[in-house]
Amino acid sequence: MLAASGKLDRRELCRALLDDRGDMLVIAGLGAPAWDITAVGDRAENFPLWGGMGGAAMIGLGLALAQPARKVLVITGDGEMLMGVGSLATIAVQRPANLSIVVQDNEHYGETGMQETHTKHGVDLVGMAKSAGFPRTMLVTRPEEVPALRAAIHEGGGPLFAAAKVDASSLPLVLPPREGSYLQARMREAVLGPAAHHQL
Amino acid sequence: MDQRTDESQTRAAADWPDGLYDLLKTHGIRQVALVPDAGHARLIRRCLADNEMRVVSLTTEEEGIALLQGAWLGGEKGVLLMQSSGVGNCINMLSLAIMHRTPMPMIVTMRGDFGEFNPAQVPMGNATQTVLEAMGTLVRRADRPEDVVPTVDATIRLAFNTFRPTATLIGQRVIGAKTFGKD
Repeated sequence: MLAASGKLDRRELCRALLDDRGDMLVIAGLGAPAWDITAVGDRAENFPLWGGMGGAAMIGLGLALAQPARKVLVITGDGEMLMGVGSLATIAVQRPANLSIVVQDNEHYGETGMQETHTKHGVDLVGMAKSAGFPRTMLVTRPEEVPALRAAIHEGGGPLFAAAKVDASSLPLVLPPREGSYLQARMREAVLGPAAHHQL
Repeated sequence: MDQRTDESQTRAAADWPDGLYDLLKTHGIRQVALVPDAGHARLIRRCLADNEMRVVSLTTEEEGIALLQGAWLGGEKGVLLMQSSGVGNCINMLSLAIMHRTPMPMIVTMRGDFGEFNPAQVPMGNATQTVLEAMGTLVRRADRPEDVVPTVDATIRLAFNTFRPTATLIGQRVIGAKTFGKD
């Protein structure tokens, strides 16, 4: 699971976290996290984002509050999380036990030319989540720590915030569907059944 | 219309925040996202007292747009309450509603609108409707107390029946201009 840099391979990490995921719902931040969850396997319970930068964690919150009996996992990048970093405070105050946020932290803006993000310069997202009041936080840098992260995501007792330091190299693009109403309708149907499409 | 009827109608019109609360209940709204505004204070108190509603206080209004996206994915209806200045914070995030065809009703109390005292409120207040419409939002205004409840009712219906962002702007004439003690 380690890349040549000695850091975690983001796609292998993703594969391990999503292994045997049950009915877990997954939101992926725009860019590499969306390609990563799609590389593991595109399915109705995935909501890969093409935009809305800074909003992934809050989409996870709205979904987790609406579906308290299901696990909700947000997988996003460090740049995306930094853009919506205030949402860590909002989520910590709401305290949804079924929500986990995993930042795949490569310390760069990968889609725009690999410019460095603040995490490259010492900004500690795990520390920010802890200070906001997240009851569970983890920093993951080694493959042997990944099973514990996966277990924590499935356990509940959250909200959980984790940052995993991943290798910065770009992997082959695996693009999810781009039709937004399809992405939404398929997840709603997976959650609500065919009634999702009928008048409320 | 005699004097007494006139007074009682004025009083009923002034109860529009309670009318809005009743509307949220009628429409089955479960998530109420907000950055506080004085004009929404009474409605916020009613929502906080309701165990069937989840009030989500935000650090910035665009969080509310993302929250509504997630709520709808999970089958819950939400609304976003904010002041006109907060609309400016939502603009790019509104892409979600267009991209995914997501119902997102907003109830906006206006500043910089009618008798404003604070010059800093005027630029965004003046631009509120234009920028919302530029991002595909159907906007209606309520400038008299008796128009607030029916207009918000239409805004909520339009959002959930036709799958798009919608907004009612509650004019500053309804709420009253804040004067910082300089009347």
